[in-house]
Amino acid sequence: MSLAFNEEQRSLKDTARDFANDNTPVEALRKLRDSQDEQGYSKEHWAQMVELGFGGVIFPEAYGGFDFGVKGLAGCMEEFGRTLTVSPLLSSVALSGSLILEAGNEAQKNQWLPAIAMGEKLVSVALEESSRHNPQGVALSAEKVADGYKLNGKKTLVMDGHVADLLLVVARTSEQAGEQDGISLFLVDPKAQGVEVQRTTLTDSRNYARVEFSDVIVAQDALLGEEGQGFAPLDKALDVARICLAAEMFGGIQEASERTVEYFKERKQFGVLIGTFQALQHRAAHMYTEVQVCKTILMDALNALESQDDNAPALISGAKAKISEVAELVSNEAVQLHGGIGVTDELDIGLFLKRARLSQILLGDERFHYDRYATLSGF
Amino acid sequence: MSDSKAFRQEIRTWLEENCPESMRTKAKPEEQVWGGRNIQFPSEDARVWFERCVEKGYCVPDWPKEYGGAGFDQKQTRIFQQEMARLNCRPPQVNLGIWMAGPAILEFGTEEQKREHLPKIARGEIRWCQGYSEPGAGSDLAGLQCKAESDGDEYVINGSKIWTSYADHSDWIYCLVRTDSDAPKHNGITFLLFDMASEGVEAKPIELITGETHFCQTFFDNVRVPKKNALGEENKGWTVAKRVLEFERDMMSDMESTAVNSGQSPRSIGQKFLGDDEGRVTDEVFRQAIARHEVQRRGLEMSQQRMIDEYMQGVGDPRVAMIFKYVGTEEEKSKYELMVKMAGEYSLGWGEGYTENEIQMTKDWMGAKTHSIAGGTSEIQLNIIAKRALGLPEK
Ligand SMILES: Cc1cc2nc3c(=O)[nH]c(=O)nc-3n(C[C@H](O)[C@H](O)[C@H](O)COP(=O)(O)OP(=O)(O)OC[C@H]3O[C@@H](n4cnc5c(N)ncnc54)[C@H](O)[C@@H]3O)c2cc1C
Ligand SMILES: Cc1cc2nc3c(=O)[nH]c(=O)nc-3n(C[C@H](O)[C@H](O)[C@H](O)COP(=O)(O)OP(=O)(O)OC[C@H]3O[C@@H](n4cnc5c(N)ncnc54)[C@H](O)[C@@H]3O)c2cc1C
Repeated sequence: MSLAFNEEQRSLKDTARDFANDNTPVEALRKLRDSQDEQGYSKEHWAQMVELGFGGVIFPEAYGGFDFGVKGLAGCMEEFGRTLTVSPLLSSVALSGSLILEAGNEAQKNQWLPAIAMGEKLVSVALEESSRHNPQGVALSAEKVADGYKLNGKKTLVMDGHVADLLLVVARTSEQAGEQDGISLFLVDPKAQGVEVQRTTLTDSRNYARVEFSDVIVAQDALLGEEGQGFAPLDKALDVARICLAAEMFGGIQEASERTVEYFKERKQFGVLIGTFQALQHRAAHMYTEVQVCKTILMDALNALESQDDNAPALISGAKAKISEVAELVSNEAVQLHGGIGVTDELDIGLFLKRARLSQILLGDERFHYDRYATLSGF
Repeated sequence: MSDSKAFRQEIRTWLEENCPESMRTKAKPEEQVWGGRNIQFPSEDARVWFERCVEKGYCVPDWPKEYGGAGFDQKQTRIFQQEMARLNCRPPQVNLGIWMAGPAILEFGTEEQKREHLPKIARGEIRWCQGYSEPGAGSDLAGLQCKAESDGDEYVINGSKIWTSYADHSDWIYCLVRTDSDAPKHNGITFLLFDMASEGVEAKPIELITGETHFCQTFFDNVRVPKKNALGEENKGWTVAKRVLEFERDMMSDMESTAVNSGQSPRSIGQKFLGDDEGRVTDEVFRQAIARHEVQRRGLEMSQQRMIDEYMQGVGDPRVAMIFKYVGTEEEKSKYELMVKMAGEYSLGWGEGYTENEIQMTKDWMGAKTHSIAGGTSEIQLNIIAKRALGLPEK
């Protein structure tokens, strides 16, 4: 399998780039932030993205998708990352869609996947409970009751949680927090009694929420997959989302480093372009080498996923880890190397810094993923 | 498709039938077969393997058959290398002639020069060394002073070169000399090929921190070289020299797989010294560092393949090639630092009380320091990237 995008994938990626440049440039994020938009994303842009087919890239045709593979979607994510495009693509499609695809029964898939692909429904996964990504650490309890389950606990950092039509709640039906066994998945209506959703505003101006569950009763058929066996499909869906997020981050890394190099060619100090200073040249050159390595690592992991290689999860962790490290490096360097203007709100670079840091911790930072890589690799 | 499948099968079968078992392991330094007039074989298997490869042109698979190669195209060469790697076959011959002099002669040589030199390299009859650096001209290579004065059909060479790897064991040298001292520095250099047995050549070994005498200072005292030995035109040697530096950079990018080393990896060292019964590295900090190393290493290796894949998709980017020497050699250094931290004294042994393999680890650690200097330092690589890949302005 090729470590380069093929013609079809490039054409989809080009469509994404054109769309992003025309409709969701960085100003669009600024506008959402400054207007304190209630949705936190543009319904109009999302409708256009759905129209262009981005919602169905990874789903089988039977569920309203066009079966184009995660590699195809990742190319688009990269372009959206360049303009800091805000959309439910990561939360509803890459993560929630994959989870329903992995764990759902026929009826659940039929009910939800076409609706997700068409943008009619927005679905969010409620997973995190602490300051660090920790899928095994889930403690939110789901207790078996007469005709279903009773949920109690709190979730945080639920992407697009406050605008979701459905929550996929990761809960514990048995065993202890920290164990893979005993994790179950539930479809929960955010309007159900006992569910309290609170939008949280983070520095990247994307959508997140805290969700509290107090004696929430769900029916037996709200179970997604088998009771106690939720970890495996969750892990798979997370991997799809992780690599899509890594692709998006990679777009941001490229954009921030390219803008910095461009600035070197415009800004004069001491009577010369600052790009003539070797101290700066070497930092830019080093970043360039890191960006190139990231590109390979991303494509390598996408290929492994596409061909269902045994080492796909390890390579995805490797990619998320490495790209997280480089995102930190590049976003910090981009700010520093712009001098005073780099720390102003007016310059977009600050927005890239904020997005980079959230994305770094989202779905596992380098610490989490090097650890997972090591475990999966047997050391 | 089926063509290349058949080709792969043919190579695989040939290697399986012809590569002796003992040649399917990494060579120790003293087990490498350097070509040359004094060619030596550490074992009968090494000789057999060398001779079989020479017969097929497999020491230089991508060279034309008429010059002693196997005539493989790029794709076939790649398959050949993959199959060699699959069986872990040693290179039958190592020689600067294969990596640098030969490719330069192929690209810039006259028909006569090709016929004279290439088959001898392919058959391992002549060992080459590189006379570039001088005491006063390292990174600033074009500032070289070693002089070649015209005398009829000959040049008379006076001056010295330094860090000339294996000059004391080499038969021929490709050497940069100044033929015009008045021209701007890049325009007065000629690329000369000559016999190290010529009168007036002396190579004095210099000891490395690894304890090896890898390189020499090489002195030239009125050495007479026929003018027809210039590769490319007189005073136009810089073009050839730069191309050879690219070959060198590419070769050195992959020191990890070409270099002779203890065969240990951060993972194996981590498991050996810090692993539990299941092979889990118990120290979290080291465990993370090993993972980071492996991810970076794979990223680097796969980048070569990505470059090829991008060319095949029509979206190739020549700038990518500029990263390998820097990333590869810097990664190699941090890898050994990591291993030293985990193995402690067992990777810093120098004699009594330590096994051969342990001492090799010490040498590997130090050897890695030379790789980010030789063939253009890391800083020079960054300069090149800044200028050529990023288009940053010069003062
Ligand atoms: C929070 C804040 C408060 C400030 N308060 C004051 C104040 O009270 N009074 C005041 O007068 N100013 C103030 N400043 C301005 C401050 O002094 C400048 O921002 C600073 O000197 C950098 O200049 P610059 O922003 O023009 O960046 P530039 O000089 O354009 O630098 C851009 C980048 O190039 C690098 N660079 C520039 N020249 C070289 C070189 N020769 N070699 C290597 N790298 C180089 C810089 O390090 C930087 O990374 C403040 C700035 C900030 C951010
Ligand atoms: C093991 C080994 C084998 C070698 N084999 C050969 C050989 O076979 N033939 C041969 O001709 N040469 C050989 N060399 C020499 C090698 O090419 C030079 O050592 C190298 O090019 C650096 O030159 P230098 O040693 O003079 O260092 P210098 O150029 O003096 O560099 C000193 C330091 O300054 C830095 N520096 C220099 N210029 C700049 C700049 N413009 N910007 C930023 N930093 C700079 C360098 O990066 C370095 O860190 C070998 C070297 C080694 C270590």
